[in-house]
Amino acid sequence: MKMLEVRGLGHTYRGKDGTHTAIDGLEFTVDPGELVCVVGPSGCGKSTLLRTISGLIKPTRGSVSLHGNPVDGVPSDLSVVFQDYSRSLFPWLSVTKNVEFPLRKLTRRNRTTRAAEALAAVGLDGAGRKYPWQLSGGMQQRVAIARALAYRPSLLLMDEPFASVDAQTRFELEDLLLRVRREQDTTVLLVTHDIDESVYLGDRVLVLSKSPATVVADLDVPLGQHRDQITTRSSDAFVDLRARVAGLLTSAPARVR
Amino acid sequence: MNRLLRFAHRWIVFAVAVVVWELLTRAAAHPYFSPPSTIAEAAVRLWSSDSLTEDIVPGIGRLLLGWAVAAVIGVVLGVLLGRSNTARLALGPVFNFLRSIPPPLLVPFFAATVGITRMQLPVIIFGAVWPVLLNTVDGARGVDSTKVDTARVFKLSRAQWLLGVVLPSALPKVFAGLRLSLSMSLILMVISELVGSLNGIGYQLALAKDNYDAPGMWAWIVLLGVLGYLFNSLLLLLERRALAWQPRHSLEARALATGG
Ligand SMILES: Nc1ncnc2c1ncn2[C@@H]1O[C@H](COP(=O)(O)OP(=O)(O)OP(=O)(O)O)[C@@H](O)[C@H]1O
Ligand SMILES: [Mg+2]
Repeated sequence: MKMLEVRGLGHTYRGKDGTHTAIDGLEFTVDPGELVCVVGPSGCGKSTLLRTISGLIKPTRGSVSLHGNPVDGVPSDLSVVFQDYSRSLFPWLSVTKNVEFPLRKLTRRNRTTRAAEALAAVGLDGAGRKYPWQLSGGMQQRVAIARALAYRPSLLLMDEPFASVDAQTRFELEDLLLRVRREQDTTVLLVTHDIDESVYLGDRVLVLSKSPATVVADLDVPLGQHRDQITTRSSDAFVDLRARVAGLLTSAPARVR
Repeated sequence: MNRLLRFAHRWIVFAVAVVVWELLTRAAAHPYFSPPSTIAEAAVRLWSSDSLTEDIVPGIGRLLLGWAVAAVIGVVLGVLLGRSNTARLALGPVFNFLRSIPPPLLVPFFAATVGITRMQLPVIIFGAVWPVLLNTVDGARGVDSTKVDTARVFKLSRAQWLLGVVLPSALPKVFAGLRLSLSMSLILMVISELVGSLNGIGYQLALAKDNYDAPGMWAWIVLLGVLGYLFNSLLLLLERRALAWQPRHSLEARALATGG
């Protein structure tokens, strides 16, 4: 069974100054264990897509199903790393408490071990007692990732998770994500506007058009399981693929309606 | 040494003002303006053990109890109202009407309904509830949208949502409201005791006035000032602890802005 099925998904925002169609007629599926990257131009509706999949907003057209069940409201086995990670953390809770906070159904002891494991996985063993604002941007992003992982979702949604950290941290976090999803066998749908990142991370890359977003291509990434920032990024397969994605993004016409 | 300097810096103007006051009032020898030394003598005489148990402690008790009840009502109602658009829309006009009534006007009303000896507490509660309530509503409304989404995605329980997300988000505003309520409580305590009461600090103040005891009046006024200063400092201390999670710079900026 598919982990995620998106069929004819469209959303139109209604505001005071008229309506705005952010996404339209999106079709794709994600298999269990896959890491799928969604790449699209700025403002094309990527966050809207994630918000409809996570049940935070009800799409105006089409359907989303998780494990074959239609999504209506937020599914219980899904977690999200938000684009605005610093505002998504709770500044009044320590790092450990931030990670433990959503695990209310677990016993106290399980909660503690689960949070400690997740923090260790993202390399933050020592920072548990600190408050989020005492950490750098990259470390805060790790906390948000640890919190999402500790929740053990069957589907992890990530909205431009590495967009606002420096290049060095970004590479580290990308490799961290690859390692963690190998270890925990998580299914990930990651949104980015960075072409290189989508190819480096993904098993598949979905290319979106300009607003309103539709899927213009669904590409397999034949780079294998083990990737390396230097050798992978300079390999022919990588260079070819990123050129194709770049071509698709620049030529993708905004659909005429 | 550093502490000593800071202490001196903080109190030097105050001390000089007291000395100048002493010299001026001695020179003028006006019957209504007593020198601090005379006021101090009166204070020692008046804040005697009898007065302490019969006026000062009951007065402070009313103030603190009234303020605490107002705080609880204000915070609980404020958090609920802040997160419910329908309730806020429906109750908004009523609240705006009620809070526009100058609280001292309630003294005759409560004196008539609950009696002159028992009206102080209701007056304080009714007057002090609005700053906490309105500030809490404001704080609770302003929960950051990303945190709202985070709470929904992680399926937080209702208790976690209200106590773990809404309340802490609103807390800086809540404390601003608590501080306003505290000074309002002090004012209403004195007014309600001045107008009609058989004991209390306001009652003693009125008594001193009737006896043409100027140093006595000053002594009670000084006591009110000291109490106001003391309670405000304690509340500020509590606020620092409760908001210790805030980044340092924002705390200092707040302290400056609010005169703490
Ligand atoms: N709540 C809303 N009401 C009205 N319009 C909205 C709302 N949220 C987003 N939009 C509009 O929908 C479009 C898509 O927004 P969205 O945030 O999904 O894009 P995005 O691809 O995630 O952008 P970015 O790359 O900046 O993160 C934008 O034009 C935006 O202005
Ligand atoms: Mg976005």
